[in-house]
Amino acid sequence: MGYRVVVDYYLCESNAICMQVAPDVFEVRDDDFLYLLTETPGDDARGRVNEAVQRCPKQAISVAEE
Amino acid sequence: MAIVGASLAGTRAAEALRRDGYDGAITIIGDEPHQPYDRPPLSKQLLAGEWEPGRVALSDDESLRELQADWRLGRRAVGLDAAARTVALDDGREVSAEGILIATGARCRELPTSGLDGIHTLRGLDDCLAIRAELDSSPQRVAVVGAGFIGAEVAATARERGLEVTVIEALPVPLGRILGAEMGAVCAEVHRDHGVDLRLGVGVDGFEGHGRVERVNLSDGSSVEADVVVVGIGVIPNTEWLEGSGLELDNGVVCDETCLAAPGIVAAGDVARWPNPLFGEIMRVEHWDNAIAQGQHAARRLVSADSEAQPYAPVPWFWSDQYDRKIQLAGRVRPDDDVRIIAGSTQERRFAALYGRAGRLVGVLGFNRPRHVMKYRNLIEQGAGFEDAVKIAEQE
Repeated sequence: MGYRVVVDYYLCESNAICMQVAPDVFEVRDDDFLYLLTETPGDDARGRVNEAVQRCPKQAISVAEE
Repeated sequence: MAIVGASLAGTRAAEALRRDGYDGAITIIGDEPHQPYDRPPLSKQLLAGEWEPGRVALSDDESLRELQADWRLGRRAVGLDAAARTVALDDGREVSAEGILIATGARCRELPTSGLDGIHTLRGLDDCLAIRAELDSSPQRVAVVGAGFIGAEVAATARERGLEVTVIEALPVPLGRILGAEMGAVCAEVHRDHGVDLRLGVGVDGFEGHGRVERVNLSDGSSVEADVVVVGIGVIPNTEWLEGSGLELDNGVVCDETCLAAPGIVAAGDVARWPNPLFGEIMRVEHWDNAIAQGQHAARRLVSADSEAQPYAPVPWFWSDQYDRKIQLAGRVRPDDDVRIIAGSTQERRFAALYGRAGRLVGVLGFNRPRHVMKYRNLIEQGAGFEDAVKIAEQE
């Protein structure tokens, strides 16, 4: 049982809060777009990913259980 | 636990309690009849007519049910006995709790309207829908009083709907008392780029009309025709209900470093004032992101022993979407700080600027530069020196 990070790029406005909360998962680059460094960051990162989900001003991040 | 205030701070606080394993009773009191909703879209997508009200819910029904809270919506808290930890409600009932979290937010400052229709403030869902209905009826001209972030967003949304907009600001430069004159001037240019009639350095003497507003009279003797007015001149923390409660009130509920206002009582969000040890400054922060983080922090404070209590030491951060610009500010800046542009230029309206005071990096402002804002927000948190931060930027 793992999970996958899902970003709705239609909603994402690159506020970059997720990058601050979980820099090992989310990266906003110089082109102002968000890149997922991994879609399956593993259990160690779960707390930070959940935090990023909650802190996203656009509610653009979700987690799919697998 | 009792949570007074059912908006962002209160809701996120309740979620934090449950996530951390608190399984006792939670009562949530909110004076609006609505389930918790998100406010930022009220001046943007919802006002623009792009979204319908259902989209601004803070949590879906299932998540709210999982909180297993006793919701008292449409009920106003009218008193608190801090020693007895009892909240009095406007229906005459009382709620007693082991711990109380105060998150009653703030309300808009208002101007005397002379009883005229068409003059609004924007804070809640109902305000937004009322202004949206006005904009739907194709007014001749919209006047926005106050060029702060709410005023600027309303002006941008109205312009994007093709309406004529006048913005009236008492300061010589919009946001001059926050961002300083140079950066405030950039904000003014962004408005002008988009065809806003910007009147700076003038106050509002009053409104005129027959039943409905027709014109705004300004302090320099001139006037602005307008059939819709939105007033965005700041907010006042909702603390009146706490008078006589035993809590210290001074431009908010005064807390200690850990968000504790009295034994078993914490405060969070727009209503809380606390000494932030990172900046050595007592602050009250009205930002969306702070409502979440402080709500969570205060909730944890309520269920932790005094000896385990952690100070709340965030770098405040907010964003404002105006036209096609995303303005973000992290830190605690003052108008007389040193300002250095480290990326882009103000001419292209895409840049990042660092703010320094007494040798320390205290803020970063970004216009469409989210990556820079977050990077330097981290450096502010680490206590970086101003020149060191500028050097890091030069090497980038």
